[in-house]
Amino acid sequence: MYGRKVKLRFLFIILILTSLILTVFLVLKSLEENVVYFQSPTEIKELSEIGSQKIRVGGMVKKNSISITAEELKFTISDFKNEIIVTYSGAVPNLFEEEKGVVAEGYLKDKNLFLATKILAKHDENYMPPEVKEALEEK
Amino acid sequence: MFKIFEPNKIFQITSRAPRYVLLLFIIVISIGLSEALIFSPEDYKQSHAVRIMYVHVPSAWISLGIFSSITALSICGYIFRNKNFFLISKSLAPSGFILNIIALVTGAIWGKPTWGTWWVWDARITSMLILALFYAMYLITWRIYEDQNKVFKVTTFITVLGIINVPIIKFSVDWWNTLHQPASINILSKNAIHSSMLLPLIIMTAAFALFSLLIFLMKYNTELIKIKNKGLDRL
Repeated sequence: MYGRKVKLRFLFIILILTSLILTVFLVLKSLEENVVYFQSPTEIKELSEIGSQKIRVGGMVKKNSISITAEELKFTISDFKNEIIVTYSGAVPNLFEEEKGVVAEGYLKDKNLFLATKILAKHDENYMPPEVKEALEEK
Repeated sequence: MFKIFEPNKIFQITSRAPRYVLLLFIIVISIGLSEALIFSPEDYKQSHAVRIMYVHVPSAWISLGIFSSITALSICGYIFRNKNFFLISKSLAPSGFILNIIALVTGAIWGKPTWGTWWVWDARITSMLILALFYAMYLITWRIYEDQNKVFKVTTFITVLGIINVPIIKFSVDWWNTLHQPASINILSKNAIHSSMLLPLIIMTAAFALFSLLIFLMKYNTELIKIKNKGLDRL
């Protein structure tokens, strides 16, 4: 039905697409460490050595873990398997709350203590009016 | 195969369509905006900041949709040597680019009060920026080459390169840790968004789609008029 040229052009596009997809896949696979925006406390625990460069740790703010003193804010980031204590001084975003997502940027003191220089709130995908939230909590 | 696309016949329809589309767009956007800004409830967590979503999400969706359409049309146009497909792609691109920029800008405005930052280099946001660059390259290509056959080849190549980025944008939030939250709307599983907020989102998406259609028709008519003036009767 179609001419030879049409078939060849079709094949050409398919070949380009396949090779590009493979290339991009391999590049992203090898760059995985840099593509992830933050690491979880478990990944921090599994680190072989503590570098001096800036890293990001993300997870949930553990319930009842936020304590505020005059100089610093202290809380625990948890991924429900491992935990890490974070200290920070400065302003936090509005959505920073216990049992909500957080990403802390800063330096590792040791595997249990993280000195944050910046705190970002990570919100989840749930959207609902306050009344619905209250109704859910009552259940 | 595509001989049915006589410019005169198409032009008869497309030259009249914009005024109706504009009317429909005004109706839908006024319903959408009043739903989104006044009648929809505030979020339990973000309160009124959630209203940015009704602009941010539709524009991101439609800019992704337009890029996919441009790619499909360019590839078909390249394989079947159909000039009309390229002209449709060319006319679709500007609204896709604008919506991409709107998605990035509203995302930044939304990020500041919620996340606490205007911009982060996480996978979702960076890949969306890359899409904007591909849109820009696509649009510039139409301007720098005089020879049409060259334009067709180069734009097809750009869209094929860029289309790989589209699934990356979609799944970046699932594959990697990102600051951006995962998708709230899923076809297969339960939506994470309450129905009172889903309704304005859908209406706003329809309004943005109509806006793109309107811009597309205006651009496309210009292309058809150019062909007519050159005295060509077939695309």
